[in-house]
Amino acid sequence: MGYSDKVRKMYQEQIKGIQDAGIFKQERFIHSSQAADIEVEYPTGSSLKKVINMCANNYLGLSSHPEVVKAAHEGLDSRGYGMSSVRFICGTQDIHNELEKKVTEFLGTEDTILFPSCMDANAGVFEAILTDEDVMISDRLVHASIIDGIRLCSAMHDTFKHSNMGHLEKKLILYADKRLKVVITDGVFSMDGDTAKLDEMVALCDKYDAMLFVDDSHSTGFIGKTGRGTHEHCGVFGKIDIITTTFGKALGGASGGCVSGRKELVELCRQKARPYLFSNTMAPVIVAGVLKVLDILSQSTERRDKLEANTEYWRKGLTEAGFVLQPGDTPIVPVMLFNAKLSQDFSKDLYDEGIYAIGFFFPVVPNGKARIRTQISAGHEIHHLDKALEAFIKVGKKYDILGKTKQEIIQMYGL
Amino acid sequence: MEEMKDVILEYVIEEYVEDEDEEMTYDTPLISGGIVDSFSMVSLKRFLEAKYKISIPDEKASPEAFDSVNKIVELVKEFIG
Repeated sequence: MGYSDKVRKMYQEQIKGIQDAGIFKQERFIHSSQAADIEVEYPTGSSLKKVINMCANNYLGLSSHPEVVKAAHEGLDSRGYGMSSVRFICGTQDIHNELEKKVTEFLGTEDTILFPSCMDANAGVFEAILTDEDVMISDRLVHASIIDGIRLCSAMHDTFKHSNMGHLEKKLILYADKRLKVVITDGVFSMDGDTAKLDEMVALCDKYDAMLFVDDSHSTGFIGKTGRGTHEHCGVFGKIDIITTTFGKALGGASGGCVSGRKELVELCRQKARPYLFSNTMAPVIVAGVLKVLDILSQSTERRDKLEANTEYWRKGLTEAGFVLQPGDTPIVPVMLFNAKLSQDFSKDLYDEGIYAIGFFFPVVPNGKARIRTQISAGHEIHHLDKALEAFIKVGKKYDILGKTKQEIIQMYGL
Repeated sequence: MEEMKDVILEYVIEEYVEDEDEEMTYDTPLISGGIVDSFSMVSLKRFLEAKYKISIPDEKASPEAFDSVNKIVELVKEFIG
């Protein structure tokens, strides 16, 4: 049959359906390095516009840090560009091993295995360590990559209400007869910016003989007093059985991820996890960059401290201006608008004011909970935050939502 | 049949509803309304199978068939026979 006109038309209709539903994603081309100040071509073909980036996962401002860039250059010079092999054939260098050891130390676990991305880590880990005699019990708001990993695993699966420990306990009791139970959560949830109750989860897992899995991608490097992650923040450092995290956010922001945890589980991933077995691992240049990032973070907490102060400043400014915020204390600060169209219009107006922040709506977030998700960085200076705040207030006044409650905004704009 | 409706509605509220103020009726859209995500539907299917001693094939357990309590009742009736 080939790619006939009929087939082409079928796909075109599918794309049109996405456009008609208002959920068509369009890239904006950034012509500069990733940073607080960026130059953006948007819409495509238009002249470059200087804007403040308020939506990157560049929490520690290390994406273009001179020391990290220099280390990456050195890695490129000394270890080359690519490996042209998967890990277990001839795709492992000494620096891969070095990074695994450093990550283990940083996260306070027993062992670590690198993956091409955290998406791959999450996709591969469950299938490698569980069978159909086991059960996975996940928080309802876990990241999409965990959902994919769960789908690829033959173990039974169930969910519990978001951060609801009573509901989780009920599920742990319900599956008491299973060989292994794994409770699965994000450390910090990417859309709401709230933190998992890991202390309570560790206690429940101990009580009901379950393992605990935490995806700490939106935490590693800056949550907790020394930035080790949500487990440090919750006082359960060293007590998490499996942590997955990414190097594509705070830790330099390039790419790559890992599974870190009990050494037997990590070993099984090395033997069985398909994204590890059938794909090249992180390129040497990125490994060299991440090694430098971990050095920087181990020497000083200056960057995560600045991020914490920036977050507090930003949250206080928005609250005083009268915005409705999703409660929390992480650098993910969602400005709630509830109505999908309002979130898109608001984002567009912010962009006109020189602020790059994206509006999210259903199905990315629950229906009626549209928002602008802002993300704070240690790369932001106070003048960035002040300018962004000024723009938010200007646009907020335009739509008359300042000082309004959730109910009042919904009344004005609908859900 | 009223009883089955109530049993299922009660389970849905207990299992899925986060916001206590949310008004739930037999026709409230569950999946398309974002109350039950298709991934979490599995516990509802398991509940129905255990409660009514039936087996619902995966192809019948579609998001459309599970989209309201009334629709679920219709589906369950089909298998109770």
